[in-house]
Amino acid sequence: MSFISRLRRFPFWAWFWFILGALYFVLPLYATLSFSLSWDPEYPLKAYERAFGDSRFWNSFLYSNMLALSTIVASIVLVVPTAYWIRLRLPEARRVVEFLTLMPFVVPAIILVFGMIRIYSTPFTLPFTDIVLMQPLTQFKAGTNILIVAGYMVLSMPYMYRSVDTGMRTVDIRTLTEAAQSLGASWFTIITKIILPNIRAALLSGALLTFAIVVGEVVLASFLGVSAFGPYLFLLGQHRAYEPAALSFVSFLLTWLAMGLIQLVTGGQGQTAGAH
Amino acid sequence: MTHLALKNISKQFGDFVAVRDFNLDVKKGEFVSFLGPSGCGKTTTLRMIAGFEIPSSGMISIEGIDITDKAPNQRNVGMVFQSYALFPNMTVAQNIGFGLQVRKEKESDIKDRVKEMLSIIHMEEKANSYPYQLSGGQMQRVALARALAIRPEVLLLDEPLSALDAKIRVSLRAEIRSIQQKLGITAIYVTHDQEEALSLSDRIVVMNVGEMEQVGTPFETYNFPKTRFVANFVGSLNTADAEVLDPASGLLSVDGARFSSSDIKGHKKGDKVKIAIRPERFSFLSEEKKENIVDCTIENITFLGSVVRIRVKIGNTKFDMDTFNRPSLELPKVGEKSQIACSRKAVLVLDE
Amino acid sequence: MAQATKSNGPRTAASWKVWLGVAPFFLFAVLFLLMPSFRLLTASFSTPEGSFTFDNILQLFTEPLIVNSYILSIQISAVTALGGGIFGFLLAYSVTVGGLPKPLRSVLITFSGVASNFAGVPLAFAFVATLGRQGFITAILKDVFNLNVYDAGFNLYGFAGLSLVYMYFQFPLMVLIMAPALDGLKREWREAAENLGANTTQYWLKVAMPVLLPSILGAMILLFGNAFGAYATAYALTGGRLGLVTIQIGAQIRGDVLYNPGLGYAMAVGMVFIMAISLGGYSWLQAKTERWLK
Repeated sequence: MSFISRLRRFPFWAWFWFILGALYFVLPLYATLSFSLSWDPEYPLKAYERAFGDSRFWNSFLYSNMLALSTIVASIVLVVPTAYWIRLRLPEARRVVEFLTLMPFVVPAIILVFGMIRIYSTPFTLPFTDIVLMQPLTQFKAGTNILIVAGYMVLSMPYMYRSVDTGMRTVDIRTLTEAAQSLGASWFTIITKIILPNIRAALLSGALLTFAIVVGEVVLASFLGVSAFGPYLFLLGQHRAYEPAALSFVSFLLTWLAMGLIQLVTGGQGQTAGAH
Repeated sequence: MTHLALKNISKQFGDFVAVRDFNLDVKKGEFVSFLGPSGCGKTTTLRMIAGFEIPSSGMISIEGIDITDKAPNQRNVGMVFQSYALFPNMTVAQNIGFGLQVRKEKESDIKDRVKEMLSIIHMEEKANSYPYQLSGGQMQRVALARALAIRPEVLLLDEPLSALDAKIRVSLRAEIRSIQQKLGITAIYVTHDQEEALSLSDRIVVMNVGEMEQVGTPFETYNFPKTRFVANFVGSLNTADAEVLDPASGLLSVDGARFSSSDIKGHKKGDKVKIAIRPERFSFLSEEKKENIVDCTIENITFLGSVVRIRVKIGNTKFDMDTFNRPSLELPKVGEKSQIACSRKAVLVLDE
Repeated sequence: MAQATKSNGPRTAASWKVWLGVAPFFLFAVLFLLMPSFRLLTASFSTPEGSFTFDNILQLFTEPLIVNSYILSIQISAVTALGGGIFGFLLAYSVTVGGLPKPLRSVLITFSGVASNFAGVPLAFAFVATLGRQGFITAILKDVFNLNVYDAGFNLYGFAGLSLVYMYFQFPLMVLIMAPALDGLKREWREAAENLGANTTQYWLKVAMPVLLPSILGAMILLFGNAFGAYATAYALTGGRLGLVTIQIGAQIRGDVLYNPGLGYAMAVGMVFIMAISLGGYSWLQAKTERWLK
């Protein structure tokens, strides 16, 4: 094969676009990293030490992780039985449930929190009376936590539901259930020994995606007034320069970790949240 | 009057030899099948004729013109794919007319040709349907019409029926054959299904691990397999180890039972050979006088519809015997001793 | 018959009980998704005193501040959907059928998974470090090419800057949607086209692009909605100076800056309306391709 014809086969434009994309992706990260290391040339990790040395960082970060964990557990408890029941007994509910799980695409976080605040900042009274059944959820800490976890569950619902539902479809959960039933297994055995182990990759990828959405989330957290990591980072950015860059880079690494793990558990079936 | 010629074709992928020294002359209007298991090189050979693979060595020519290095879109060779490969964005008529359209033929000519092709495949009423609205059999007929619309020199069919239901497979098989004969077009048909190859072809090329095992008419291929592979692959077959007792009379011994064969081919006394006997060549003694009469024990009886398959044991070797299923048939019982027979011609000695 | 009712046979009297299995999910959806949305909808048709009115909805089209914010949001969403869509498509093309080595594909897919989820505050900070006045690229352009982009009219905190930042999560989303669609182009289509005499250009124009077009359009619509609903990135970058719809709604939640709460609700409803149209368009186009490719 001559040099010319080999040259003609060289995918020049493919490489061109790929490199351009790689630069677009890497340059901001590189710039952030190099900026975060430039505070004190003598001591490059200064920004990281300061950022991690702040107890408010740890408080907000741990709080966000707790929120993420609660969201993941609550989502699984809500979504798995629902998806399972629909596959097994109630296929006619599929359309309406799928529609509901897609609604968060139509109702972005800012609208969701708007509506939630309007509903849950007034006391819940018995209809046509002034008897207060429940104080407004936004008025006390546990109520706010319930509200924000519920909001995160809504935001992550499309990914969690789709992930679990796809997982159940690929292993044909219905046939597995019928096989287990015919062998005399109890419902408890079926769910713990058959269903959950078979969809664990789906659960894990849904959970990691939820984690990626929740940990840095700003909109719900700041409007509901909780001191989560997202608002903390935002406020830090208002009056500091180097620490926010350091934390931005760290949160990028966290997203990377979550996505990398998803690639690992799903065998390259990339997923995306795209909720901003 | 050779139309399509393949001379010393070989194809290597790295260290793997997919096709080795393939030679074939196909006459105009002939229907040739490449038959073999998956990975035998039959599809690779077909793709070299289409131009999707370039032979590592050798030459392919049509009407004496070398097309070995021609681009696929310069060859005028029609191809039908296993997965239909209809363009999903086009109607049936647009699919059929695609080849003419890219050749920039006149719109009115394209229209006439599409109409003609639609009538050949009896699908005039589906002209404006999209592929997703068709059944598998209909899609494959459209694919056939699309390949034929460009008036190709050669029609290539790559396992066109293997994605279809059994019933449609049989009817479409007959349709493909009748269209091919009506148009007098040269066709190469790749399949792993011996029944398809036997029922469709003028000639069959049996292939195994990249090599041609045998080329012949369906009749020759079935009745006179030259190798153990062909014998095994085409039809069902009993094979057994035998020892030559007397080359002159064709006498052989299988586990002590004596067979004589008219196919002894210059073996010497004491040679170990492989023999092959088709199940339907055996029969029970009562039916007519046979040359090879052997004692056996009935092992197992299976009904296969029109045929009853009886497994017998001769010495320690098991043989299958097929007999037509008739209500009057009197079958022995499992475990009984019996005698079966076959003619001398039925006992084939295989080349190894 | 009793046996049949128990199994998956015809459901008769007990059918409403089967729905109890999904009751928790519906309860959750009503409490935290439907009620908040409907509250905004009803409130947008109410006067502050609580009587019914169309005024709020009408004012969406007459109040210049609101009209401008919708125009700005639509502009930035359209620009980044188009730009991110084209760039993302070319990238997806280059790693699927473009002839790049296989490993680059999984690298790009993983990158895209990360980048499409990397938004909000950290993304804004990353771009400040890159293209801010003291940013890394800004400095390189100044020192090496003697080009001051800020003198040339660029501003990270304006329309062009925010578009560049949005692109960071837009094009990876396009890659993630288009890579499977490009994989869906069967090799046999290309071979069939070649076999029938088509050259590469004819194949792309007559087969590949028409097959891909619904996916491309659908994905771009999704990108549009993705940018339209974004709040955190824009707020972190511009601090609310760029009057996008989401920013205006955010301000309205904090305090009644429009001096009419009903108008705030109407803005939210208008936004949901636009998002619903884009999701509807996406699903419609998606169904069209799926029908083709099934």
